[in-house]
Amino acid sequence: MNILLFLIPLALALGLLGLVAFLWALRSGQFDDLDGAAHRILFDDDPQDGPGQP
Amino acid sequence: MTAETAGFDGAPMPSEGWTHCRHCGEPITDDCCAAGRPGFCCVGCEGAFKLVNGLGLDRYYERRCLDPETRALKPDTDPDAIPDYTPHVSEGAQPGEAAVHLLVEGLHCAACVWLIERLLTLQPGVTHARVNMTTRRLTLRWMPQDDRDDPATEDRGARRILDPVLAVGYRLVPYDPAALGRDTDRTEKALLRAMAVTGFAAGNVMLFSVSVWFGGDMGAVTRDLMHWLSALIALPAIAYGIRPFARSAVTALRAGRANMDVPITLAVLLAAGMSLWETARGGPHAYFDAAVMLLFFLLIGRYLDSRARGRARSAAEHLLALGSRSVTVIEPDGSARASRPERVAVGATVLVTPGERVGVDGTVASGVSDLDTSLITGESAPRRTGPGTRVFAGTLNLSAALRVTVDAVGERTLLAEIVRMMEAAEQGRARYVALADRVARLYAPVVHVLALGAFLGWWLGAGLPWQDALLIAAAVLIITCPCALALAVPVVQVIASGRLLRAGLFLKSATALERLREADTVVFDKTGTLTQGRLELCPGGPDAPGGGWGWTPDDLRLAAGLAANSRHPLARAIAAAAPGTPALPGVVEHPGAGLAWDGDSAGPVRLGSAAFCDAPADPDGEGGPELWLRRGPGTPVRFRFTDTVRTDAAAVVSALKARGMAVELLSGDRPATVAAVARAAGLDTWRAGQTPADKVARLAALRDQGRRVLMVGDGLNDAPALAAAHVSASPSSAVDVSQTAADVVFQGERLAPLLGALAVADRADRLVKQNFALAFSYNAITIPLALAGQVTPLIAAVAMSTSSLVVIGNAMRLSRREPVGLPAQEQAA
Repeated sequence: MNILLFLIPLALALGLLGLVAFLWALRSGQFDDLDGAAHRILFDDDPQDGPGQP
Repeated sequence: MTAETAGFDGAPMPSEGWTHCRHCGEPITDDCCAAGRPGFCCVGCEGAFKLVNGLGLDRYYERRCLDPETRALKPDTDPDAIPDYTPHVSEGAQPGEAAVHLLVEGLHCAACVWLIERLLTLQPGVTHARVNMTTRRLTLRWMPQDDRDDPATEDRGARRILDPVLAVGYRLVPYDPAALGRDTDRTEKALLRAMAVTGFAAGNVMLFSVSVWFGGDMGAVTRDLMHWLSALIALPAIAYGIRPFARSAVTALRAGRANMDVPITLAVLLAAGMSLWETARGGPHAYFDAAVMLLFFLLIGRYLDSRARGRARSAAEHLLALGSRSVTVIEPDGSARASRPERVAVGATVLVTPGERVGVDGTVASGVSDLDTSLITGESAPRRTGPGTRVFAGTLNLSAALRVTVDAVGERTLLAEIVRMMEAAEQGRARYVALADRVARLYAPVVHVLALGAFLGWWLGAGLPWQDALLIAAAVLIITCPCALALAVPVVQVIASGRLLRAGLFLKSATALERLREADTVVFDKTGTLTQGRLELCPGGPDAPGGGWGWTPDDLRLAAGLAANSRHPLARAIAAAAPGTPALPGVVEHPGAGLAWDGDSAGPVRLGSAAFCDAPADPDGEGGPELWLRRGPGTPVRFRFTDTVRTDAAAVVSALKARGMAVELLSGDRPATVAAVARAAGLDTWRAGQTPADKVARLAALRDQGRRVLMVGDGLNDAPALAAAHVSASPSSAVDVSQTAADVVFQGERLAPLLGALAVADRADRLVKQNFALAFSYNAITIPLALAGQVTPLIAAVAMSTSSLVVIGNAMRLSRREPVGLPAQEQAA
């Protein structure tokens, strides 16, 4: 059962990573405009004059 | 793709000519080639198209899809319509940076977002420009540029930067981000964070729980380790996730009531506490997973609920913010100054240009014009206005500039009075209790009694140690806790409002669907609701009824040539009846009277009121809007107009009757007009000449008869009635006050969305009741088990998640099938 000592922290760390990533996404405003983000990708396709946002 | 949008100068003209404007997509009525602007409905659109092309953004036209329900992308020709951004410019994130928050009106699709952001980032100095498509808000930050004289201007260059966007035809209305739904956003985000934390905890605790449940040969030491690890994850998550419920439970208990949050809080805390105690003494059963999962499911329900409400509210706020426009005050020295309507002093003079809404209550000091008062009185024909006439905020000035002396502002205006009436009427409706709350009121005490009974029964009755008895009581609380019950209503509501939103209906209140289903009587307003609020020429050749004043097609063409010069609704109706007639040059408009043209060989031509054309006033006493045309010394001819009934009004009325609903018409207009509309729509019951107070009284009378009324109206005069009705709906063309009062706002030219809303309300109600039935039947099985002390953590977890999933799955059925009666939306070109 010694494998548990390794697997449990690993599982928890991975879960925690997901949580932190979600909270970061929430904080950085990625959940503010769910409709716009889906469409925005279709328009930001010309890199020579930069994407739609500065 | 490049061939058809190769640029405004190189684009080949379609063989049938341009039928729709290349910029705004509206049909072109005149011969635009002859007018020197091929492909465009007006000069503004041509300029906008050239601007977009000149900046190399012409791909916009390929990519966009126009939404027929959104305002057409026509540039404002009237410079007064553009608000003053100065008071709303604030400091940006960096030193020296300026920022402004705006609501965008005219956003059709994602291509519009792209175009606006591009137009803005192309301006020198702009550091951040982003449009939120969901909330239609634009955040703009820029560094004022010295070489553009920005620091010298009052608005620090806001107008310079925003001008291209305005020129393309979007309307940008500043708002105060602090005032607009900041609280809702914050609670919603807090809920989402709590949901994430408990979701994480639930998943990871389950990892240990499953190994405890199924690890049959697990030693006691390993099991305790698992329990301790579970506690380590669960306890902080519970402490974080319980706050929304605990807060509400404490508030309820302080007020001496018990709401659904009391058993929830109690169950979670009790389960966590007992499990910790079990873990400490090395017992076999810990309920950490159940407690966390319970919180997770409940937070999902709470979040969905808050989202549905928040979305409805932000739609309403958006409408309100767009409604607030400034008025132009004329100072004693003759200079003009823009001001907010509530800041204008009594006695000040306000200038109202044609096409502008009157912003204050007052008396006309100088100028003669026609006012469209339909929003106030419900009358569709415009009213003559001259010096001395009283005018009210909300009326639309049609033909000439007016100077108005302000009589009343703020609390003493007609508008404020109507708002007061509305608030009084709303008192009655505030007492409505949502179905979920009614269930909770019955359910919460039952749960408490059961849990207490289990504890006392096992402790005193069966002689169990009190700790074990308490554990059983906690299991009862967990099992009865209304996961499924808490999800039953919000899930259905979120899906239903999403459905309706896609069909062009905003649900503005959380209980609107429930109340909509209960409605058994429909009361319509006339102008703008049953009718389109727009006058159209009645057919009437020389042989048509109406005496010897019938008109010929030649008359119509001549009249249309004159009428094309005016913004008066009757003139527009004539011009619309003869599309493609070019405007005659040299036509003089006499405000409040008519149009005069020097004419050709046949002598001068006049088009206007009976007096203006020397015609007999109202020869057959029918009243109603009319225009006369007199050519030289000849006999005048008469054009009559009617406010056209919405195309599907009769169909909707008969469908409502088929549902077994009584349908009535209440209007402020004259009896003859109202009777004609009632006939056209197939209504038997109608009342004319109703004041706002009459309408409220009629609704009160209906309520006293035990009827539940769905009121549909758009005018300011309907607002109190809308607030007084059991449930109410407004078209999106309604005044802002009415839209605020209404529970449902529907878009488009048709009334059919109402039927769709009723159908969705029926289905939603069925699903909610099914969900309750599912939740209760689950309880019926599990409560006896819990009372018997047979519920292990495994059973609790399985029962709880299946019941929640069943309820969610059942609600999803609403989004799958097209409900009956909801017409297919017309697709954009």
